[in-house]
Formats: sequence, structure tokens, C-alpha cells
Amino acid sequence: MEKQVLRLKVNGEEYEIFIHPKTLLVEAIRDHLGFTGTKRGCDTVSCGACTVNVNGMSVKSCSILAVQCEGMEVATVEGLEVNGKLSPMQRAFLDNGSYQCGFCTPGMLMSSTAFIDELGGKKPSEEEIRESIEGNICRCTGYNSIVRAIDAVAQGKYKEE
Amino acid sequence: MINDFHYLKPASLKEALAMYAQYDDCKVICGGQSLLIVMRQGMLAPEYLLDIKHVKELRYIKFDDKDGLRIGATTTHREIEKSAVIARKYPVLVAMEGKLASIQTRNWGTIGGNIAHADPAGDPGPVLIALKAEIKFGNADGEKTAPLDEFFVDYFETKMEHGDLVLEIHVPAPDAKFGCAYQKFNLLGSDMGIVAAAASVALNADGTCKEARIVLGNAGPTPLRVTKAEDLLKGKKLDDKLFAEAGQIASEESQPVADIHASEEHRRHVLGVLTKRMLKKAFEQAQKAA
Repeated sequence: MEKQVLRLKVNGEEYEIFIHPKTLLVEAIRDHLGFTGTKRGCDTVSCGACTVNVNGMSVKSCSILAVQCEGMEVATVEGLEVNGKLSPMQRAFLDNGSYQCGFCTPGMLMSSTAFIDELGGKKPSEEEIRESIEGNICRCTGYNSIVRAIDAVAQGKYKEE
Repeated sequence: MINDFHYLKPASLKEALAMYAQYDDCKVICGGQSLLIVMRQGMLAPEYLLDIKHVKELRYIKFDDKDGLRIGATTTHREIEKSAVIARKYPVLVAMEGKLASIQTRNWGTIGGNIAHADPAGDPGPVLIALKAEIKFGNADGEKTAPLDEFFVDYFETKMEHGDLVLEIHVPAPDAKFGCAYQKFNLLGSDMGIVAAAASVALNADGTCKEARIVLGNAGPTPLRVTKAEDLLKGKKLDDKLFAEAGQIASEESQPVADIHASEEHRRHVLGVLTKRMLKKAFEQAQKAA
């Protein structure tokens, strides 16, 4: 029915898009704004490939109406790299081989980044790390390399110089 | 594919209730973590969608020693999970939320939406009923309060009528010697329970059972109180033999159906075991309390 204007910030930039209210956040991000790093997987809140961070919270963008994010700040995997420099989590994923096919990686990076931010410097247990990516399915790695990468960041091994 | 709809975004509770009363073919969305799935499957195709996600008046957690806990309908699961006062006073709620779907779902999904959706496999229902919760719901003409166990009517059906919104969950202050435990049985930690059981035990000063509640999840059309098993425990000095007996009765009283995940027989068996274990856990907590 009627299209409407949606204003939101994605990766620090302000955007105005003209969308149907039934547009999902993942469709707004991929199809309207062209950030195709965010993947569409199961489309039923199960796999976590579509995870983005809204106002710092990880959410599954396949099951949120874009219009519900009016005025909010959305971060996608494209926003992790700043001035050509990969984020600590991205570097840790590279060093630990935390991906194979790569389909889950954008979602994994967003979940784990939100997790580290929420910890605010506190050191998590291995169980807490595993719980933090409970909503993200990976069919390649067996998760251990991903857990190692998150642990390395949590231990401060990728602190900015 | 989601069907087209008109999007309604009220700025206040009053406006939300007025809008809901005005439009007949209207569904309410809050976090939408359940609703959007069924809309995408084409099981629901409302002409109007009323978005109450950002109605601020309904987003709160309040606790008072006498009055107990009050949670507004648009409070997210994650806010409950992270609440220090709930962790202190109702740790079972925090434990339950910690296993409800995934962090992403808990960040956006709300307690009011979960209860209104009335999926018998939902986690909050059995735990809140074991905690003797009441629910406040209402429409433009006024509010109603009901014990939560009477609120659920059938699969995905509640006492609410068109125009009603869930407003608040009220959990009374617990008895001095009180314990409550919940566990679901599933293959993946973040899945819904294949079956689940919540149990609460309140003890008299002499250590006998003042009151017990046993509420089963995904074991019938609604979160299911098994009152024969509850009655068995009342007034007695509790022990392992009674817990096992209550588990047996709960298993017989339950009404599970078979599906791809488990047969009816297997579900009944697991419900009995979970009931026995949760009663023991709740009893031990009650003994340690105060």
C-alpha cells in the first residue's frame, strides 16, 4: 500500500529511503541501500546470517520491519572497517581462520562485535562466548575457530595501537 | 511473501487503543519475532498493522517488596534477562530468558508479544504461571486483570478480544520459603522446548508444603497446570518419592501430541522426569530461602 519515507543511519551515514511498510530491514539494507554484506539465509529467525546491530544491539534483520528502525543507528558488516583498517574482530577472524564458505561470517562478526561491546572490558568465559553466537549457525567451521577469535579479542590481543 | 498492509504507528498508549478500536481487520505488532514469521507464511494477512513497539508507557520493570514485580508489555526479553532486581528476586525468570531463542531475538522481542502470541511451546508462560503471575490487558473502554493460567484459552488463543492489548505482567512477591525452577527439553539450547516443565514450591514454617504449582510447556493447547499432581503435594512433608509420584501423575495429566520431534509416549515420559526434577530443585531452593 502507500510507500513512506524512512530515515535511518547506516554505518554512520544518514539515509532517506522510500519504502513499503512491509519492507524488512534486510531488504532495506540490501536492496534499497546496496549493503549486500548482510546475508539472507533462512528468513525465519533461525540462522543469524542476517544479523546487524541496531542501536548497538544485535538483531536478525530478516524479521524486523524496516519502518520500526525509524531514526535508529544500524551497523552492518561494511561498517566495521574504518579508514581502510579492519576491526579487531575482523582481524581476529582472519588470524584464526574463523570462516570457510563465508556465508555466516557477516552475521558472526556483528553478533560477536555486539557481545564484546556489551562486555565493556569484562573477560568472558568460554561458555559465555559460545552463548553469544548461539543465534548464528555455521555449517563449516565447527565453531571452535570462531570461539578462539572472539576470545582473542576479549583478551585484548587486538587492542588498537 | 508478506501481504500489503496499512501501517499504523501510534505515539501513545491512548492513541494505540483508539486506533485498534477503529480498525476491524487489524493485527498488533510489537517485536514481531513470531508475527512476521506467520505473516510471511501467509497464515495472517491483516489489512492494518498496529505497531506498539515504541509505545514507551508500556516499557518498564518495577519491583516493590510488598507489591512484587510489574513488567510492562513492550519490555524486551533482554531487558528482563539483564535486570538486576529480577536476578535477585526471581532468578528463574532470568534463567528462562537466557534460554529463550537467541540474543538477537531477545534484543527485539517483547514479553507482551510473546504472551499475546500464546504459543503453548513458549517459555515465559509456564514460568510466570508457576510464579502465580497475573496479566493486565485492556481496550479503549477499560482494563481487565486475570490470573495468567486462565488467560490462555487454546492454541494461539487468549481471553483477549479485538481491541485488547496486553498491558502488564504482575508477579506477586514470593513467599518467604519459596523456590521455582524451569527446564525445557530440546536438541539445540536456543530452540523451543519439545516439552518443558516449571515447578514452584512454597513451604510452611514447619517445612511442609504450603502450595505447589506444576506447569507444563508444549504439553497441550496452552501452558498446562497439572492440578492433580499439585494437590498430591499440598500439606505434605516433601521427599523424592512424592516428587516421582507427582511426575507420574503429571505425565498422565499432560496432553502432548506427536510430531516430527518426538512421539506422544516419549513426550509423556520426559514430562514426568522434568516434573520430578523441577519439583526437587524448587523444593531445595525453598528450603534454603530465608
